[in-house]
Parts: sequence; C-alpha cells; structure tokens
Amino acid sequence: MTTTTLDFDTIKTQEYLVNMGPQHPSTHGVLRLVLKLEGEIVHNVDPVVGYIHSGIEKMCESLAYHQIPHLTDRMDYLSAHMNNEAVALCVENALQIEVPDRVKVIRTIMAELQRLASHQLWWCVMGMDMGALTTFFYGLRDRELILDIFEETCGARLTLNYSTPGGVMFDIHPNFQKRVKDFIKYFRAKLPEYNQLLSGNVIFRERTIGIGHLSQKDAIAWGVTGPSGRASGFACDVRKHHPYSAYDRVNFNEILRTEGDTYARYQARVDEMSESLDIIGQLIDNIPEGDHQVKMKGIIKLPEGEFYQRVETARGELGVFIVSDGKKNPYRVKFRSPGFSNLAALNHMSKGVKIADLVAIMSTLDLVIPDIDR
Amino acid sequence: MKEIIRYLNDIIKGLCTLVKGMAVTGHYFFHPKLITTQQYPENRATLKMQERFRGEVIMPHDANNRHKCTGCGICEMNCPNGSIEIITRMIETPEGKKKKVIDKHIYHLGMCTLCNLCVKACPTGAIVMGQKFEHAVWDRSQLTKVLNQPGSEIMTDEKE
Ligand code: SF4
Ligand code: SF4
Repeated sequence: MTTTTLDFDTIKTQEYLVNMGPQHPSTHGVLRLVLKLEGEIVHNVDPVVGYIHSGIEKMCESLAYHQIPHLTDRMDYLSAHMNNEAVALCVENALQIEVPDRVKVIRTIMAELQRLASHQLWWCVMGMDMGALTTFFYGLRDRELILDIFEETCGARLTLNYSTPGGVMFDIHPNFQKRVKDFIKYFRAKLPEYNQLLSGNVIFRERTIGIGHLSQKDAIAWGVTGPSGRASGFACDVRKHHPYSAYDRVNFNEILRTEGDTYARYQARVDEMSESLDIIGQLIDNIPEGDHQVKMKGIIKLPEGEFYQRVETARGELGVFIVSDGKKNPYRVKFRSPGFSNLAALNHMSKGVKIADLVAIMSTLDLVIPDIDR
Repeated sequence: MKEIIRYLNDIIKGLCTLVKGMAVTGHYFFHPKLITTQQYPENRATLKMQERFRGEVIMPHDANNRHKCTGCGICEMNCPNGSIEIITRMIETPEGKKKKVIDKHIYHLGMCTLCNLCVKACPTGAIVMGQKFEHAVWDRSQLTKVLNQPGSEIMTDEKE
C-alpha cells in the first residue's frame, strides 16, 4: 500500500472571489461584499452598495419642508427620531426660529430613548452574529418597552415622524414621564445582565479582542464617527462638541476608548447605554412648561442659501445639507450618513482576518443598509 | 509547566464565564412569570393599541351618517405621496346657492406612510387615525378606500 503525503510547501493556492450577500443574514440587509479570499483569509473586501437605493435625496427636492422628515424615517430607521430632528433643526436654523425649551428637552429625551433602542437592537444582533441566539430575545425584550413609550406619545413605533420643523408633532402623553422613569429603573437593573450574558463570555472575548483594529489616525482619515470612531479614540461626539437641542444643559461623559478593536467598539456602545440613561434621568423631571410647537406658516419657504446641520445618531454623525433657492421646495438636499463612511473603513479593518471575524467586525460597525443607500 | 497551568487556568476561567451566562438564562427558566412574550393572535380580544397609534386614516361619521369634511382638499395637498384624492361636486342648497361638497374622499392605504400630516392639517378635524393594524388583504385594489360613507353628508349647523 502506498501512502501519498502532501507536501504543503509545493501546493499552489490561488486567490478567489466570493460574493457575500446581497442576501446574507449577517449583512443585515441587502449589502453585497465581494471578498477576495485565500483559503479562509480575507485579502480584500469590496462593498457594493445601492441595492435598496430609494432616491430619498432626489424625492426631497419635490417635497415641502414639513414633509421631508417623514422620508428620513426610512433612512436609518433605527435612529428615526434623530433623523427627523436633524431636518427640523436645519429648517429652524435657516428660518432663525427659536423653539421653546419644552421642545428642546422633549427632543433630547426622545433622541436618547431612540439611541437606547438602537443600541439594544444592535446588542442582540451582535450576539446573534457571533452565534449566541439567546441575546436576541433579551435585547428585544427591553427594546419593546421603549417602543411602547414611543407608541404612546408619537403614535408609531418605528417610523415616528415626531420632530417637525417648529416643534414636535404631539405634546407628550400624560403617562410619558412615569413610563420613562419606570423604564430607567428597570433597565438600570437589567444592564448588568447584558455584561453577564455577552461581555464576559469567554468565546465572545476570544473572538473580539484584538480583531479588526482601527487606529485613531485611520478613524479620522476614513471619517468613522459614532461609537465606532470613539472606540479608536476619535473624540467625535456631536452632542459634546457642537451641542444642539438640550445637550448643553446635561452632564454626560463622552465614551472614549483607545484599543480600537472589535471589543472596544462593543464596549463603547454598552457604556453609551448607561450614559443615555443618565441624560434622560437628568431631564425627565424638569421638562419646562410651554408649547410643543411654534406657529409655522402653512407653506414654509427658506431664504436663499445653503444650510447645514449635524446631529449624533446612534451610528455617528448625520449631516443634513439643504440648498434653497427661496422656493417652497429645496433645490438640493444631501445627507451625510454615518453608515456610508463607516462602511468605507471596513476593507481597511478586515485585511487578513478570517471570514467569521469579518462578520464580527461588520456587526460592531452597526450598519443599517437604507442609511447607506438612501 | 507554566504553560500548562495557564492553559488549565484559562479553561476554568472560561467555564466560569459560561456558567455566569447560564445563570441568567436559568433564572428566567425557573421564573416563567418574568417572561413577557405575548401570545398573538390568541390575545386579539384583549390586545389594545395605544390611543395615538396610527393604523390607518379614517373618517368618523355620527349616528345620522354625517361627517365633518368640507372637501377643501388641504389633506390632499399635505400628503407627501399622493395617497389622498378629493373629488368634489356642486350641489344646490335649499336657498338656491351653489355649494361645493365632497363627493369622494379616496384614500390609498397601500401608498400611505401613516405620517399623520393630513390629520394634522385638516382644518375641521374630519379625519383621524384609526387603530386597526391588521391590513392584509388578498387583492391590492381592496386597499383603496372611499372614506366618506355612501349617502353621507356634512354636519351643517351644530359644532361638535
Ligand atoms: S398619513 Fe401621510 S401618507 Fe397617509 S394619507 Fe395622510 S398625509 Fe398621506
Ligand atoms: S378631510 Fe379635512 S382637509 Fe381633507 S378635504 Fe375634508 S375637510 Fe379638507
């Protein structure tokens, strides 16, 4: 009997291309990644976007200013409130309207609730991407309570359309304060569960620590913002550095980490959840009295010019750029979406990792595809 | 030797973290009262949406089959995606004057994004958001509705 022995030094391997997506469970939507692989090692990632491009920027050109926010719900649907707020703030700045304090505080509370809901969903999906199905149910259980708060005050759970130019759609519901306070108490007790289930888990730690490193310099170069950028030490929190709404009257820490790996991005988001709870806790007891809406004209016309406003969504910095020619529709609207810039850094971060690690890296970037494609 | 001790140490520590996670799930396993899952659709009878919930646009009618819509078309103008079409007709009032009334208030639920702009804009409060959320139908055409009921007319004198 002859035995054939493989001589690994002489075997020739070749790079090959594999499509990951557009229909792939861990791309969280219709994102296609063209991977250049050698064995299981990723050499190059080429994201192909545009599968659910819906032309929101173009559509905005034919809408009146009070109609635009409802479309932005559909960009980054997990940060719907912040998207609405960005457009509303931009229009208010252009018209130089000062909204009542009540509106500012309500908007801030809603934005932080939305950030919590988004991070909770990200947390459960992150676990699921790494093979821990349990986390999915725990995250959704808590997120449901926030959605109930939204439903009571805004009338919708996901596509809120709550911030409108000049104020908010409805005044807060009489139960709002009580519900939010109950939720803060409840979630403070539940947050340690998140750490017990996932953060400390040995499999999870082994698969995330030291993987997908992004240095501070690269984070700035690629424009990676949000928790992903802050995990690399890039101080980019718009709430802190260019405060809007009521962020100038609350105390909170900007979560900065230095490691820049997958675990740091994970931990940055988990820590941000407790900061959000702090912000809501500071505001919920002193919502100023007043109107929830300034009287606006039936047809809003912006003065001629260019207007820019940025806000911090759950994923990073969202910029709204409106060019107006003085008519009732904008001449051009551009959204600087955080997901698009964060995705751009994916190739840089995932050179030389295994495919399974690529999934983990992508998960910590917290991509929402409609936000990328718009 | 050191290597082996570290190796064993890692295994034991790793197992501890797994047990920690299992403790959380185990806790819920033995406390089924803490589980919050709803049994939909079995709980349909008791399931109630919040009062502001936006399920669809409806036009409430009173007992005499009268509504508040004047046919002004402001909701149609405010709708961002053309989900509302207002068709009006002219009638002659008993005093002999010509008057514009609503003929059909057509609402395309299939296109509606439930943004609430029409309800907010309506000067007479003739349309409101309904609570129904089970909208599945067999045929797309069933999603186009006429909101004013046949034979209905506008509330004239009394303000409600
Ligand atoms: S809710 Fe919005 S989309 Fe639907 S009919 Fe009213 S204005 Fe149009
Ligand atoms: S529903 Fe209201 S806004 Fe629409 S036509 Fe009737 S009265 Fe006018």
